[in-house]
Formats: sequence, structure tokens, C-alpha cells
Amino acid sequence: MSSFSVTEPSDRQKWIAGILVVGYALITLMPLIWILATGFKSSPDAIAYPPKVLFEPTLEGYVNLFTTQTRQTPEYLEANPPTTWYEEIVHDKGMVIAGPSRFGGRFLNSVIIGFGSTFLSVFLGTLAAYAFSRYRIPLKDDLMFFILSTRMMPPIAVAIPIFLMFRSLGLSDTHAGMILLYTAVNLSLSVWLLKGFMDEIPREYEEAALIDGYTRFQAFCKVVLPQATMGIAATAIFCLIFAWNEYAFAVLLTSGNAQTAPPFIPTIIGVGGQDWPAVAAGATIFLLPVMVFTILLRKHLLRGITFGAVRK
Amino acid sequence: MAEVSLLNVAKTFGDTVAVEDMTMTVPDSAFVVLLGPTGVGKTTTLRLIAGLERPDRGDILIHGRSVVDETPAQRDVAMVFQQYSLYPHMTVRDNLAFPLRSPIHRLPEDEVARKVREVADVLRIAHKLDNKATALSGGEMQRVSIGRALVRDPAIYLMDEPLSSLDAKLRADLRVELKRVQASLGATILYVTHDQIEAMTMATHVGVLDAGRLVQFGSPREIYESPVSLYVAGRLGLPRINALPADLFPGAPAGARTVGLRPEHIRHGEGKPSRVVRIEHLGDQTRLHLMLEGHDIVTLTDVHTDLEPGDTVAIEPRNALYFDAAGARIA
Repeated sequence: MSSFSVTEPSDRQKWIAGILVVGYALITLMPLIWILATGFKSSPDAIAYPPKVLFEPTLEGYVNLFTTQTRQTPEYLEANPPTTWYEEIVHDKGMVIAGPSRFGGRFLNSVIIGFGSTFLSVFLGTLAAYAFSRYRIPLKDDLMFFILSTRMMPPIAVAIPIFLMFRSLGLSDTHAGMILLYTAVNLSLSVWLLKGFMDEIPREYEEAALIDGYTRFQAFCKVVLPQATMGIAATAIFCLIFAWNEYAFAVLLTSGNAQTAPPFIPTIIGVGGQDWPAVAAGATIFLLPVMVFTILLRKHLLRGITFGAVRK
Repeated sequence: MAEVSLLNVAKTFGDTVAVEDMTMTVPDSAFVVLLGPTGVGKTTTLRLIAGLERPDRGDILIHGRSVVDETPAQRDVAMVFQQYSLYPHMTVRDNLAFPLRSPIHRLPEDEVARKVREVADVLRIAHKLDNKATALSGGEMQRVSIGRALVRDPAIYLMDEPLSSLDAKLRADLRVELKRVQASLGATILYVTHDQIEAMTMATHVGVLDAGRLVQFGSPREIYESPVSLYVAGRLGLPRINALPADLFPGAPAGARTVGLRPEHIRHGEGKPSRVVRIEHLGDQTRLHLMLEGHDIVTLTDVHTDLEPGDTVAIEPRNALYFDAAGARIA
């Protein structure tokens, strides 16, 4: 079958396109695959040269990530045989598990701070964007520019004043402080992105609802918000990715109580040097929430489109 | 249903005067059509009554009660927008029920279902009730839009060119439907259009707007037969009224600058000879394009005319309309 078509690519073109796309995907996925693989390697395999592509998988890295261990005498090990699979892994190295590591707490901090600041950025951003989109606000353009200007320098440029402010306000190493900080950084992006989406929603929707007996706020909730899901989802993803991955402020402003995963993961030290499988395991687990969040919201990204309901 | 009045209402947007000193009363149970070209303040007038805009000056009365300080919801009006304003995330049924479920009008669900059904039957969209609003054709969407107003029993229905986006057949159907609904409900409707056929067929009263002012208000026949100005005369009538220099024909009254000739004002067979330029057979009527001393004249002739381009026809005015230099009618 070789029928010529202007719009439909030929089979050969489809094959070439497919190979290119898969090739590109492999190249971009390479670091991810490497981290994923390293997490399942034993310590010697992880630092082997030349690098090992085929290896015997082990959960050692994950066990090291979540536990703290101490070395014990062979007699002690003999007297206390392992009862679980993870104790067995440790046992084989002549160690016993002393307790959980700090990773779980750091990860939870990341979740609280990342999702907390994302929620706050999107919540405040949605209200602000709606106001900017719909009301006649004096100096509206100047205000919008002012909001944008907060992102015109890298946030870390103001690290020292923020460090001092946090110290005098008692916000250093607190969840509230980090949530506030990330919200402040994300808010300009959130307001600008969402204002674009709000501008796209025809005013007639709310006006019809106002006339039909709803208050402005009810109209906002029942009519505007469902129309804005797509924009809100996209904005939330951007906000979460920033807050989740932020490293510099986290290093500077948190040390224990509110420390997030990014500054913690590189500090995972094993016995006799950096424990690369544990670091890779930490990175793998750290990647999961953003991936899941993005995949969950992807549906909304596509669905919220108000195609054809309003004549343009 | 109620009487709605505007008293010296004015509204400007920045430097643009949208409505200037508008005084008008929409009588109870009347079908009032506001007529005028784009940008003349028709839509703003509706939005002022609905409460979507606040007047700079003047007062708006619904049922004798001043409503300028009330919210749109408190005013008890229903509005159909020019653009489809259906909520794409809801089904047709939920769109129609939306006003009835609002905090102000909240009805029991079985009552809502009954009313929705009724309106859907009237507008012949009952079979589409469970469709998503986005899965409708343009005509169906606009019918749902109209339906969303009709489910309610408001003081006044405000309609902003609701039929302008539809095809001719559907427009004709819905004109009849709207008129029937209005007559059977005794509804008060204020309807904005620039389509004179809609005005002539549906209106009990026509208001003609010019630059934010109401220049004439009366029955369609009054507006057609005794327009107060050349501007008003040009709003109704197809073919459009011919505006010619008053001295083209003898017998113009003193002070007349322009003579306005509708087809029925032009008698064939006597008077000045004019040349036939073009003949348009429209089926139910035949239009005759004439040239008289450099002036184009469009009129009607016998449907089965034998005239051909190049022929000569003698014409003279009969009961013509005369206007002064400012366009005001003098005879």
C-alpha cells in the first residue's frame, strides 16, 4: 500500500519519527535510569570501573537509606539471628539495625513544605489573578509589573537579608518559614500564569450566574473555578517542582527540624565513604511524588479546555 | 412581570459615552425591541438594567422600585447573552437548572426537573438534556441559553441579540417561538437587535437609539410610518428608504432639504424619467434599481415585470417624508 497523502505521513516517515522520539527519550532518561539502577546496586558495584551495566540487584541501598546501623561482634550476630529480610541484608555485612534513619523525617518535611507552599501559592494566586483579571484596580498594570519584578533576580541574591530576617523572626528551621518563603517566590509566577487563564474565561459566565441569583463568590466557585482547573493544575505543577527541588535556601535556612530532602540526601554517609546506592535510593524516592502529582494532574491539563463553548 | 423604567440614565466608559440621558419605560407585558447600529448603547442599556453596570447618573425602576443599589441577583431579571454563555463543564440539564438552584431562587428538585422539562420541550431540546453543553450545535447552544432565561419567572427578560449567531431558518423558527412564549407567559421582554425583521415581527414597541439616546419610541408601525428623523426612517424598511435632495421633485415644503422615499412612496408611470440600472428578482418581490439625475434609487416593482436594464420608467413621489437640514422630519 503506497497511496500518497498530503496530510498523512508515510510508513517510512512514521518509522523514522518513531526512532528519533525513542532515541531522544532514551538520552533524556539516561541519568534517571542510572540513578534508578545505582539504587539497586551493592556498594562495590556502584563504584566499579568500568561501570557495571549488568549487576545483581540488592535492596541494600534502600535499607541503608532508611536505617542507622552499628557493627557488632560475630558472637552477638550469632546469638541474634535476623528475623526480617532487611535485618538479614544488614546482618550479612556484620551489622545490626540500631534504628530508623532521619530520611523519613526529611522526606516528610519535603512533603509538608512542598505541598503546603504549593497550595498556598495556588490559592492566593487564584484569588489575586481573578481580581486582576476582572476588577478595575487602580495602577493595575504597575502592580502586575511589581509582582513580576520580584522574580527578576535570582531569589538566592537576597539570601543574606532573608537569613537575618528569618533569624530575628524565629522562622529559621521551621516549616512555616520555608512554606512562607517558597510561597513568596512562587506567587509571582502563580499570579501571572493564572491571570492568563482567567482572562481566557469569558466574563459572560459569571455575569450570567450573577443575574441568575448567585453572589460574586458563589459564581467564582461554581463557574470560574471549574473552568480554571486546567490553569490551576498547570500552575500547581510548576510551583511544586520549584518548592520540591529547591536546594540553596534549604541548605541555608534549615538544619534539622524543617530540613527538606534535597540538602539531606547528599549527606548520607555510609561506612567508609559516600554510600552511593543509598544516595541513589534517596534520589529515586524523592522523584516519585512530583512524578505521581504530575501524572495525576495531567488529565486535568487536557480536560479543562473549554473548547467550542464560546464563540470567539 | 413588571414595568421597567429608565430615568435620565447616563453611562460613560472612559471617554466613550455609551448611554446619554436615556429615559424610557418598558410597559408591563410588552415586547420592546431596541434598534440601532453597533456601538449605539443598546447592550449597555441592557447591562445597566441587569445591574452588570452601574449608571453614572439617573435612576432605574423595576416595578416602581429603584434598583440602582441592588445586585443583579436582587433585581430579579433574566438575561440572554449574545455569545453563548453556557457552562461547558455542565450538562444541558444542569445548565437549564442552574438559575433555579441559585440561593435566591432555590426550588425543590422535583420542581426544578419539571420546569427544565417544560422549557426543554418548548425549545425542542428535550432529547439533548443529558449532553454536555459543548456537544451541541450553535443553534442548540443558543436555544439552551434562551431556555436558561425562560425557566425563571423574572420581572423582565433582557435579550442581547440572541438570534444573531443563528442561521436564517433557525432564526425564523425562534422568532415565532419567542413571540409565542412572550404572548402566552405575558412576559416583559427588552430585546436588543440590529435586525429590523426581528423588530417588525416580534415587537409591541420599538425604541430607536442614536448615540446613547432614545430618539423614538412607539409601535413598529408608528416608527415605520411616522419616523421623527431621517435616521429613524433608515432603521426600518427593506429596501431601505431612499434619501434624495428635496428639490429633485416639485412640491417639497419650505425648509425641506431631503425627501425620503420608501418603495410605496414612489408612483410609477408619471413624473420624471429614470433609467433602469438593474433588476433583482427575489421571488416574493422584485427590486428595481433606478438612476435619476445621478441619484441611485431602489424601489419595488411588479413581481412579473417586463422591465429590463436600460428601459426608462417615469416616477414621482406620493405622500413622501420630508426632512430638514438636521435630518428632523418636517412633513
